[in-house]
Amino acid sequence: MNRKNFIRASGLGLGAYLLGDLPAFGRTIAPEAALERLEVGKKKELADIALQEARAKGASYADVRIGRYLNQAIFTREKQVRNMANTESYGIGIRVLVDGCWGFAATDRMSKESIAQTTGLAVAIAKGNARFMTEPVQLAPQKGVGDVSWNTPIERNAFEVPIADKIDLLMEANAAAMSNGASFVTSTLMMVNEQKYFANTDGSYIDQDIHRIWPTFTVTGVNKASGKFESRDALSAPRGMGYEYLTAGRPYQVGGSPVALYKDHYDLVADAVAAAKQVKEKFNAKSIQPGKYDLVLDPTHLGLTIHESTGHPTELDRVLGYEANYAGTSFLTLDKWKSGKFNYGSKLVNVVADRSQKGSLGAVGYDDEGVPAQQWDIIKDGILVNYQTIRDQAHIIGLAASQGCCYADSWNSIQFQRMPNVSLQPNPQQRSVEDLIKDVEKGIYIMGRGSYSIDQQRYNFQFGGQLFYEISQGKIVGMLKDVAYQSNTQEFWNSMVDIADKEDYRLFGTFSDGKGQPSQASAVSHGSSTARFNGVNVINTARSIG
Amino acid sequence: MAILSKEEAQAILKKVIGYSTSDECMVSLRGAQEGNIRYARNAVSTAGESSTMDLSVSAVYGKRVGTASINEFDDESLQKVVKRAEELAKLAPENPEYMPALDPQQYEESPTYVESTAAIDPLKRAEMVGDSLAVSKADSLEAAGFLNNSKGFRAIMNSKGLFAYNKSTDVSFSVTIRNQEGTGSGYVSNSFNDVAKLDTGALSKIAATKAKTSAGARAIEPGKYTVILEPLAVSDMVGWLARGFDARSADEGRSYMSKKGGGTRLGEQLFDEKISIYTDPTNPELPSATWDMEGVPVKKTTWVENGVVKNLEYSRYWAAQQGVEPLPFGAGGRGFGGGGGLIIPGGSASLEEMISTTERGVLVTRFWYIRSVDPQTLLLTGLTRDGTFYIENGKIQFPVKNFRFNESPVIMLNNVEELGKTVRSGNILVPPMKIRDFTFTSLSDAI
Repeated sequence: MNRKNFIRASGLGLGAYLLGDLPAFGRTIAPEAALERLEVGKKKELADIALQEARAKGASYADVRIGRYLNQAIFTREKQVRNMANTESYGIGIRVLVDGCWGFAATDRMSKESIAQTTGLAVAIAKGNARFMTEPVQLAPQKGVGDVSWNTPIERNAFEVPIADKIDLLMEANAAAMSNGASFVTSTLMMVNEQKYFANTDGSYIDQDIHRIWPTFTVTGVNKASGKFESRDALSAPRGMGYEYLTAGRPYQVGGSPVALYKDHYDLVADAVAAAKQVKEKFNAKSIQPGKYDLVLDPTHLGLTIHESTGHPTELDRVLGYEANYAGTSFLTLDKWKSGKFNYGSKLVNVVADRSQKGSLGAVGYDDEGVPAQQWDIIKDGILVNYQTIRDQAHIIGLAASQGCCYADSWNSIQFQRMPNVSLQPNPQQRSVEDLIKDVEKGIYIMGRGSYSIDQQRYNFQFGGQLFYEISQGKIVGMLKDVAYQSNTQEFWNSMVDIADKEDYRLFGTFSDGKGQPSQASAVSHGSSTARFNGVNVINTARSIG
Repeated sequence: MAILSKEEAQAILKKVIGYSTSDECMVSLRGAQEGNIRYARNAVSTAGESSTMDLSVSAVYGKRVGTASINEFDDESLQKVVKRAEELAKLAPENPEYMPALDPQQYEESPTYVESTAAIDPLKRAEMVGDSLAVSKADSLEAAGFLNNSKGFRAIMNSKGLFAYNKSTDVSFSVTIRNQEGTGSGYVSNSFNDVAKLDTGALSKIAATKAKTSAGARAIEPGKYTVILEPLAVSDMVGWLARGFDARSADEGRSYMSKKGGGTRLGEQLFDEKISIYTDPTNPELPSATWDMEGVPVKKTTWVENGVVKNLEYSRYWAAQQGVEPLPFGAGGRGFGGGGGLIIPGGSASLEEMISTTERGVLVTRFWYIRSVDPQTLLLTGLTRDGTFYIENGKIQFPVKNFRFNESPVIMLNNVEELGKTVRSGNILVPPMKIRDFTFTSLSDAI
C-alpha cells in the first residue's frame, strides 16, 4: 500500500472503526497497553515448541518469528483530528525447510497446541509445494548466536509521549500553516514499534525492539478565481528514531539556498510555516522551459532516485526473476556483475548497503533469518560490485554467507529479500553545496519527494519534486514550477559530476516500499549529500483540461 | 469459524450493542479466509493460508468517538472491548465532523458470494497453477504468477438498530510469462467472484503468445500516437478518475473536478460523448456490498452520462454541509482497489476489428508504475509493459520498445475514436478503447 492510499483509507468520511482494515494495523488497543512487554523466557518457550515439532516432522531447518507490532498514527486537518489509531498485532510465523522446499504457516492463537498444529501445517505446505520444485533450496550457513538482544538506540520512546502532546504539536503546525496563508493543511504522525523475537534450529534466540517515526504534512493553497491549486509536502524524513527526532533543533542552512533543511532533528512547525509561504510563491513561479539542464539534487529528493534506480535493481531476487510478475526484474543482470567492469556511474558514484546505520529505517541487530547486520559496497568507483542477498541466494553470487537482507512486515508474512539502507557516499574532498551551485551555468536545484515512476527493469525514470529553483550563472535566481526530469539510470549516474562532502550528508526515508505478492511494506533509508548531474532532460508538466 | 451466517453475525452484534452504555455505539464484525500460491522461474516459491475474524466497537459520547477491537468472542471479551471503547471515547478530542448513527435502512441483494469459489482448497489452487505452468513449460518459456482466493463476510450494527450483512468470494490470478532470452514478455491478470469464469491455462496461453510475439521489439520515435488500449491498459488509466468524484475536494477547489471561479464541474461536458461511467453493486459481473461502512445504502449511480458529469460523491458530513443527500461511491471506495467498481459501457467491436480499422497506431497490453504528476489536470506518467505493438494498414506489423507516457485520463477520454466490448478487468468493467493523440514522451529499454 502506498502512502497516499494509506492515508486515504484511514481518512475522511470513513468511520474510525475501519482502521482494522489496514494491513499495517492490527487490533486497536489502549495507548498504555503499548508499553507492556512480553517476557523473553516465555517467547523462547513458545519458539522451542515450534522448533521441536518441525525437527520431529522432518524439517532440516526451521525458524520462528514471534512478533508484536505496535502502530500509532494521528491524522489531522486544519483544526481537527481526523483519526487516531493505536493498534497491536501479535502472533507467530513458522518457516520450515523440508526436503529442500520451503513451507510457511502463521497463527495468532498462541497456545502450545496451536503452535504445534501450525508447525505441522507449514510442513504439509512444504511437502505439497515439492511437486513444483525445480531445484532444492541451498541455505547459506549461519552460526547460531545464542540468546542475544538488540534495540534501536532511541532517546525517548514515542509511545511513552502522551497522545495529547502529539496532537498539540500537529495542531500547532496546522495553525502556523493557516496563519501564513494556507487554504488547507493535513498533518500526520506515525510511529512504529516492532518487538520481534526470532529463533531457529541453528541455535539463535534473538530479541529485538525496533522503533520508527514519521511526521509529515501537506500544505495546500487554492486560488478559486483562477481555479488553480498548489501544494507542498513536508521536508521531513521518516527515521529509525524515537520522539527525539521532533525535538526542534537548528535547521541546516545551505549557503545561498532559500530553504531551511533538517538533519537529525526536525522542526515540524517551522517547516509548515515555510511550506505555506512557498505555496503562495508557487502560484507566481516561472513555468519551466523544457530542455537540458544541470540538476543539483538535495538529499530530500535524491534519496528516492537512489531508492528506485540503485536500490531496486540491485535486489538479487529481482535480478533472478522472482519478482517478474509484480515489481519486475532488473537491468543489472549477473553477466554485468561478473564482468567486474560494468560502468553503472561516474567514478564519484560510490554506493554502500548498510543494515547497521544509526537513525536509519533499515537498522537492525539481526535480520529476519538470524544474520547479523552488516555493511558492504554495491557500487564502487562507478562499477557494479555486489547485490543484496539472503541465505537461500548467497551461493548464487559465490558468497559463503548471507548479507542479512531478509525481512517480513508481520508475523504472518513470509520473510524474503528486502532492500537494506542503500546510500550514496559523500565526496571525500571538502566540497559544499554552495561550491556545487557556483559552477552551474543553467540548472535547477530540486528538493523534496514528488511524483516518481520507473520501468520494471529500472532503465527509464521520471521524477518530480516539491520545490524547484532556477540556477543561472552560479546563482539561485527564483522559483520554477511544472518540472519533471526523465533519464536512463546508467546515463544519469554517469552524468554525476560533483557531490558535496560529509557535512551535507543527510538521510531520506520511505515507510512503505512495496514488494512481493501478497504485497509487503518495508521501511528503508537512503543517505546522500547534494549531488550535481549534467545535461538531464527536463519536461514541462503543465496541461489544460479546459 | 471465520465465515459466519447472517444470523450468527447478528446474534454477536446484538449482544455487543446490549453491553453498550454510551450515547451511540457502532459495531463491525468481519471474517475472512484467504489462500495463495506464488510461483516464479516455473516453480512455486511461496504458499500460504490465513483465517481471521475480528470485531470492532466505536463508542460515542457527544462528538467524542473511541474505537477498540478484539478477536475473541466469549461474553467476557465482548464486554471488555465495549468498556475499552467507552474509556477511549471519554479521552478522545471532539470530532466536529461526527455524524449521528443512521436509522435502520433497506438494502438490495447482490450476488457477491459463489459457493464454488468458497470451496477452493490448496489442491485446487495447485491444480490451477499446474495448468499455468504446463503452458509455460510446453513452450520453453518462464512463468511467474500469483493466485489468491478469499471468502469473507462483513456485518455492521448500530445502537439505533441498523444492521447490514454481506458475504463475498473472490479469486484473482495474474501471470507474467517471459522467453528464456529475456527478450519477450507477456502478462494477463483478472479477478472474479465465480471461479468457474477463471481458466488459468487459457489466460496463460495469452501471456505466452505475447511473450513470443513481443520478442525483438524495434524502437520507434516517441510522440503522439493513436493507441488501442486493451481493457487492462484502460483500467490502469481510468481507475484514477474515481478519486476526482469526491464532492468535498471539488468544492474545496483542489481536484480536477473543481471549476475556475469556484464550485464544481457538475453538469459540465468533461469527456467525449461516447463516455458514460456508472457504478452498480448488483452487476453480476462485478458485484459488491450494497451498503457502505456507515450503513448508507449503495445503489446503481450514473457519474458521467454521454460525457457530462452527472453526480459527485457526498459523504454524510459533506452532504449535510451542502444541503444535499449523501451519495456513496460504493463499498470498495474511491481511489483504492483500482477504481472502486467503475463501469464504462462500450460498443460491439472486437479488439481485432478495432485493429483492422486502424491506419497507424500502437497496441498497448498494459501500463506500469503509473503516478500522478499534476493533480490539477490529473496528468499521469507511466510506461507500457508486456506487449506493445505497431499497427499499420489495419494489421499488427511488429513489436515496439516500451514507451513512457505523460497523459491525463481526462484528456484521453476526450480523444475517444472507438470503444470495444466491455469486459471485467480487475475491479472494473471497461471496453478496449481506440484513443487518438496519446502522448508518449520517451523510450524504455525494459522488457
